[in-house]
Amino acid sequence: MQFDQLLQYTLSGLSTGAIYALIGIGFSIIYNATGIINFAQGEFVMLGGLLTLSSLELLKLPLWAAIPCSVAFSTVIGILFERLAIRPLKQPTPINLVIITIGGSILIRGLAMLVWGKDTHAIPPFSGDTPIPVGGATILPQHLWILAITLIIIIINKIYFYHTISGKAMRACAYNRRAAGLVGIDVRRMVLFSFIISSAMGAVAGIIVAPLTMTAYDVGVMLGLKGFCAAIIGGMSSGISTVIGGLILGVLESLGAGLISSGYKDAIAFIILLLILFIRPQGLFGKADSERV
Amino acid sequence: MKRDLLLFIGFSLLVLLAPQLFSGGYLMNVLVFVGINTMLSIALNLLLGYAGQISLGHAGFFGLGAYLSGILTTTYALDPWFAMPLAAAVVGGMAFLIGFPILKLKGHYLAMATLGLGIIIYIVFNETVELTGGPSGLSGIPNLKIAGITFDSDVKNYYLIWTATLLVMIFSLNLAGSRVGRALRAVHDSEVAARVLGVNSRILKVQIFALSAVISSLAGSLYAHTMTFISPASFGFNFSIELLTMVVIGGLGSIYGSFLGAALLTLLPEFLRGANDYDIIIYGGLLMVMVMYMPGGLVRGIPSLYRYLVKSKKGEPGHA
Amino acid sequence: MKMKCLGLLCAFTTLFFSTTLFAASAPIKIGALFAVTGPAAFLGEPERNSAKMVIDEINKAGGVKGHKLELVAYDTSGDATKAVQLATKLIKDDKVVAIIGPSTTGETMAVIPVAEKEQIPLISCSAGSKITDPLKKWIFKTAQNDALAVGKIYEYLQKNKQTTVSILTVSDGFGASGREQLKNQAAKHGITIVSDDTYGPKDTDMTAQLTKIRGSHAQAIICWGTNPGPAVIAKNARQLGIKTPLFMSHGVSSKKFIELAGEAAEGIKLPSGKVVVADTLSGSDKQKKSLLAFVKDYQKHYKAEGDHFGGHAWDAVNLIKTAIESGAVTPAAIRDQLEKTRAFAGIGGSFTYSPQDHAGLGKDAFVLVEIKNKDWMIVK
Repeated sequence: MQFDQLLQYTLSGLSTGAIYALIGIGFSIIYNATGIINFAQGEFVMLGGLLTLSSLELLKLPLWAAIPCSVAFSTVIGILFERLAIRPLKQPTPINLVIITIGGSILIRGLAMLVWGKDTHAIPPFSGDTPIPVGGATILPQHLWILAITLIIIIINKIYFYHTISGKAMRACAYNRRAAGLVGIDVRRMVLFSFIISSAMGAVAGIIVAPLTMTAYDVGVMLGLKGFCAAIIGGMSSGISTVIGGLILGVLESLGAGLISSGYKDAIAFIILLLILFIRPQGLFGKADSERV
Repeated sequence: MKRDLLLFIGFSLLVLLAPQLFSGGYLMNVLVFVGINTMLSIALNLLLGYAGQISLGHAGFFGLGAYLSGILTTTYALDPWFAMPLAAAVVGGMAFLIGFPILKLKGHYLAMATLGLGIIIYIVFNETVELTGGPSGLSGIPNLKIAGITFDSDVKNYYLIWTATLLVMIFSLNLAGSRVGRALRAVHDSEVAARVLGVNSRILKVQIFALSAVISSLAGSLYAHTMTFISPASFGFNFSIELLTMVVIGGLGSIYGSFLGAALLTLLPEFLRGANDYDIIIYGGLLMVMVMYMPGGLVRGIPSLYRYLVKSKKGEPGHA
Repeated sequence: MKMKCLGLLCAFTTLFFSTTLFAASAPIKIGALFAVTGPAAFLGEPERNSAKMVIDEINKAGGVKGHKLELVAYDTSGDATKAVQLATKLIKDDKVVAIIGPSTTGETMAVIPVAEKEQIPLISCSAGSKITDPLKKWIFKTAQNDALAVGKIYEYLQKNKQTTVSILTVSDGFGASGREQLKNQAAKHGITIVSDDTYGPKDTDMTAQLTKIRGSHAQAIICWGTNPGPAVIAKNARQLGIKTPLFMSHGVSSKKFIELAGEAAEGIKLPSGKVVVADTLSGSDKQKKSLLAFVKDYQKHYKAEGDHFGGHAWDAVNLIKTAIESGAVTPAAIRDQLEKTRAFAGIGGSFTYSPQDHAGLGKDAFVLVEIKNKDWMIVK
């Protein structure tokens, strides 16, 4: 096994992992604020990519304008989703919420299929596609964009959650929703906020990854699933541990494909995930909770 | 108790007479699948509705049953009647062993773990090409035979599948009403309280998990022997989700609810067929609307809808 | 009294003739199962479109021997279970005389027992060799066998004295079938497979597999898959600076692939049906007329380039039409006529069915093309 091969596996894994991490954080933010596992999270990734495509081709916007435009639009859809599907729910039991987000994801995917068709679409890379050598391995400029944007988003997140009032309020909701309500935090508003943030983040993830992986109405399913895994490994935190969870997942897949078997690479990742859960049922980084009765 | 018995007898009669109403035709074929899906949603409902443990990997057990049965009867030329219980025993044993570590998990961690399990099983179906035929599937699985009758037409399969379904139903109804059923509901409401009262919740959960896997495996074997062809695509993550939807839409913790959910979600695509590409939108939208307006599932939603309609009809002159 | 009798007789005769007339103009129903949604939609959609287009045109021209044709097309979403259910529906409820499709090999294998039992001719639009090998009485196919596509690549490699290849196949029915053929035929052409990898249909990054392949020092890489996977692979290979010649399957022989892979598509070679190079074919090519007509019609109806997937359905409908033209109206008669098809110049190739061969195509069904300047060039 040569060093440059190993380096290539790791670098490829890190860049896919960064995407999983971004999607995973989206999952965690909503989960922490509301207790909902939002199975429609992957669809916002899809919307981000496809809306950028439309802004580029139909509205003839330049790339730098198309991106915020599509993030904004995806966020609007996120708000609509919360308003129309989550808020009116009469019995918001966890299982009902799971089904409603599944229904939502099917609905959004179906609409996307009508609007953009079933074909896969390509989006141009942000700054060319001349490979950059790193040691004996190569990466693309887009990979740097992905890593950089992920990093920026994590920093913004950190600032928001620890240094702003609404961020702190949202953390309070994550700890104890009732207590947060009692001290005067508008919990429902926080729920809406959480949907806004995570749909925007999902869209960003979808946009930065589209030049590499291309995009279609059904890309959200697989990416959503992987993002969910990342969040679980990270113990459903909306911070650095989900990022590490995503990176671990990405590198495991890449190493698994390269060193063991490409057919079983997803199985390898999931077996390790199961082992992690069996040994640490609260996620790799989660703190053990004492059970309240 | 007597009412339950009457209800079951009525239901069985309906099932037996249904072929007379829809003789021949394609609908018979769909009804066969309603039967298989009913078994599967009952299996999942025992776990989710009674014991309160979620599983997003039940398609895996379904597939294992189908594949074990299929491989044993084709490659190893075993008799299907022997292969089916063998498959069920293997799947049950496997679920029992994996049940211990997996059911220690709670909430979304359990969801993730079962989801992972389902995906691993799916990948194994795809990758062990020598054994399963890989993504192109396994064909030539024999039909079941009994006393000179081969179950090779829709009507015969209908009776075969529905006999099995009715057996599963009556078994589950009994289980739900028994001591075990009560213990399960206690675990569902509060595991700690149940433990305090002397219920060995851990073993109980694992047992129910294994039972649920056994029923799913049997349904899988029956599926394989009626279809005579299986491929991994039928046992993926999507189908696990569909099963979950059947259970919730039908009504958690209700055996008849499982039937209603399975029937609705199996028949729905047939009615939506005319809608071409719009069917997926209607399907997704309907799921959301159902959860919003019938949060207790069909089994509770239909009676209350009925009462509402009756009341509003009778109520109108009263108000005037 | 006599008058009354005569009147009654007249009435009966009119009734009799009108019913026979009615029967003559009653449409003949042809069933179709296409994966219009789901992962195989890239096959099912053009297939459905093409089938519809041909049937409409036939009807516009007055039908076949006074019969209008009616297409009853269902969407299987690429799901084998659904395909079986819908095949039953077509046969029992819609009473079709023949079935076109399904789109994928897995679905076709699932549907075969139904068609065989109900004795309805089925013309599959999927590529798997095992559909017609071993031969089944009621089953035909229009899509070119994978074996032919693999043979085309291997012959080229053999001619160029390249003996080691790496294969990278998608883990679905299409890839699995291709992988099997690649392995089976290697020895015959003196080729050794030095690495054998797969990727998932929804995977978004194949650099890991390609890095491994780069380490294996093969003289050629053969990738078997359908969009978008191969486009990702082409891009990844470019990123890794892999200079080894890259071959693809006929699964990506549509403009879509060139559009998705962009620059990275340049220089890739693949076996393809002649439809992509229809206008550059020599005038003596028997298929040229059909090909040009198909491309033009498809462009007119759907504002898109007709690809050879749609061609499979075009061929199937026309084969059935030809069978009906020779007087067949019952499923059994259509089957018998299909078997008598000789040198029918379609989109997929020149079809000659026989009681021993229900695939009907020879090696000339494929040409090896190379992507140059965003277009297809025949490799001589």
